[in-house]
Amino acid sequence: MMKVEKISENMVYQKPRLITNNTMHYCPGCSHGTVHKIVAELIDEMGLEDNAVAVSPVGCSVLAYNYIDIDWVQAAHGRAPAIATALKRLMPDRLVFTYQGDGDLAAIGTAETIHSLVRGENIVIIFINNAIYGMTGGQMAPTTLIGQKTATTPYGRDTALNGFPYKMGEIAAMMPGVTYVTRQSVDKPAAVRAAKKAIKKAFENSIGCKGTSFVEIVATCNSGWKLSPVASNDWMRENMFPEYPLGDLKNNG
Amino acid sequence: MEDIKLLKGNEVLAIAAIRCGADGYFGYPITPQSEVMETLMDERPWLTTGMVVLQAESETSSINMIYGGAAAGKRVMTSSSSPGLSLMCEGLSYLAGAELPCLVVNVARGGPGLGSIQASQADYFQLVKGGGHGDYKLIVLAPNSVQEMNDFVGLGFDLAFKYRIPAVILTDGIIGQMMEKVTLSPERPRRTEEELAKECGDWATTGRKASRGKANLANSLFLDSVDLEQHNLHLQKKYREIEKNEVLCEQIQVEDAEYIMVAYGTSSRICMKVVEDMRKEGHKVGLIRPITLFPFPTEIIAKAAEHSKVILSVEMSAGQMVEDVRLAVGCACKCRVEHFGRFGGVVHSPAEVYEALKALM
Amino acid sequence: MAKIKGTIEVDIQKCKGCAVCVSVCPTKVIELGAKVNDKGYNYVVMLNEDDCIGCAGCAMVCPDSVITVYKKKFE
Repeated sequence: MMKVEKISENMVYQKPRLITNNTMHYCPGCSHGTVHKIVAELIDEMGLEDNAVAVSPVGCSVLAYNYIDIDWVQAAHGRAPAIATALKRLMPDRLVFTYQGDGDLAAIGTAETIHSLVRGENIVIIFINNAIYGMTGGQMAPTTLIGQKTATTPYGRDTALNGFPYKMGEIAAMMPGVTYVTRQSVDKPAAVRAAKKAIKKAFENSIGCKGTSFVEIVATCNSGWKLSPVASNDWMRENMFPEYPLGDLKNNG
Repeated sequence: MEDIKLLKGNEVLAIAAIRCGADGYFGYPITPQSEVMETLMDERPWLTTGMVVLQAESETSSINMIYGGAAAGKRVMTSSSSPGLSLMCEGLSYLAGAELPCLVVNVARGGPGLGSIQASQADYFQLVKGGGHGDYKLIVLAPNSVQEMNDFVGLGFDLAFKYRIPAVILTDGIIGQMMEKVTLSPERPRRTEEELAKECGDWATTGRKASRGKANLANSLFLDSVDLEQHNLHLQKKYREIEKNEVLCEQIQVEDAEYIMVAYGTSSRICMKVVEDMRKEGHKVGLIRPITLFPFPTEIIAKAAEHSKVILSVEMSAGQMVEDVRLAVGCACKCRVEHFGRFGGVVHSPAEVYEALKALM
Repeated sequence: MAKIKGTIEVDIQKCKGCAVCVSVCPTKVIELGAKVNDKGYNYVVMLNEDDCIGCAGCAMVCPDSVITVYKKKFE
């Protein structure tokens, strides 16, 4: 009987060094943890621990600074891209990225987001799009799908009442100062690998001052969607992906 | 050799920022202070000192750029006028909560609402008492000349970093637009990365986590109420310390005065003329000019009230600072406290102040 | 013939029992166990170690980084 010993020479995957030992406050199965892990792995692998400043939003990932062990600035709701703008302008050799949800980035922070893209700031915006306000209890977000039930659209999002979901990735791709726009997910190992490759490219763009990189992660909010984590992934693939198709929207790097 | 120039108040804010080694300016145009950014863009300090100057898309964005720059330990500054400051109040609360040093200038105009573009002193409550949410204070400096506009840029930065607190220059459209002779501050270089690390290394988010051995965080979130109370107690302790150490106040013929005016900024210059006119007529009149509005010269006013019959707070507002003057004087004191001022952008004349004070004699 | 075999170690107390790992395992060697951890979550357990290929897919999709993966090639 062949047995694999649990020793370091056989180890092929472990918790990233820059993920802290704090237990994450996220709900079971939440995509945030997976994206955090990718970010932490890349900062370590790319040797950027001594060169990275991140900006956390208001929303579920407000406490991201508790989980990824680098310098963080915690932002007011929606203002992360303005903060990142100054950080990068004043420290041009650093990797500067924001980590924001759909309410933060696409509702209250629309102006800050759009204008950082307009200026082509050499930052990375990581945009977690789960089509809902998670932290406040599952209300409608700008990216909520038509017909989708949330706490503030209990009968489904009605376009006459609530307008239409809007696509930040497509808007970002229109901006001349934006170098790289991609839409990824983290629901399967292959997706995680692709998302990691995308964020790596975005980080390289920031370090190389090649313009703005916008990485949208289509994600789940199983508590907000009132589904199990596994069923949420299925629902996402079935309903979110047609509205927010995965892949590169722009790649000028 | 002294560097003497004839400059507008707004222009000198820009020149002083460059000369005192500011790292960045982020702003949004608004009358009557747009010359600050215009002068900076004309000077192009990024080619000389390396100072960053950026026009933001709003005051909300400018103050958050300040938050980002301040978090990194940089000497960053913004300027605006009253409606812009209203938008910045969110950011000021976060800056105060996260204990980040920066310099914010309000070249105030008449309000409320869109108000007017004429000079006003109606933003005293907004900046001295808060404006944003939560228990916080800002250091508030009130210049009354173009020279002080110059001097308070360096002073503001120094105080901001000494206490890790936002410092504000509260001035108005008159001083911003007025031209006077000014002796410029000696040039001091921007801090190097090493100097910054030495001064701000234990808190600034410079992205140098590995060399430092620990991550830094700029944050005003304390989910546990007891933690937040502790943080507030720490802030309050700092504010008491500032009150103890940093009061700046000019006193003109206060020693024997029976009638004292309290006025800051533009209003104080008008009152100086009133002191002169009344003294000529033999009235024992004096002027207390608070230079710091927070910390407020409470003790100086209280002491003056002991030998005074009337204290008149003269402000270009419906009466804001007068509340602090009343608190300083206290109910037990026999000295009467009154307010006089034109507002909405109207500036009182020395004759109007003279009449108002005369009526109280 | 060479055979690649794997195994996993689970940080039981940090596992939240979301089962996303179970859903992506290509050889169906893991499942949520009957036992619970200190927080009351049914944590993930190895069913059939023999069939684990050490692909690390489970660990990659784990939001809480609770899975460590080991792999060895047997000649």
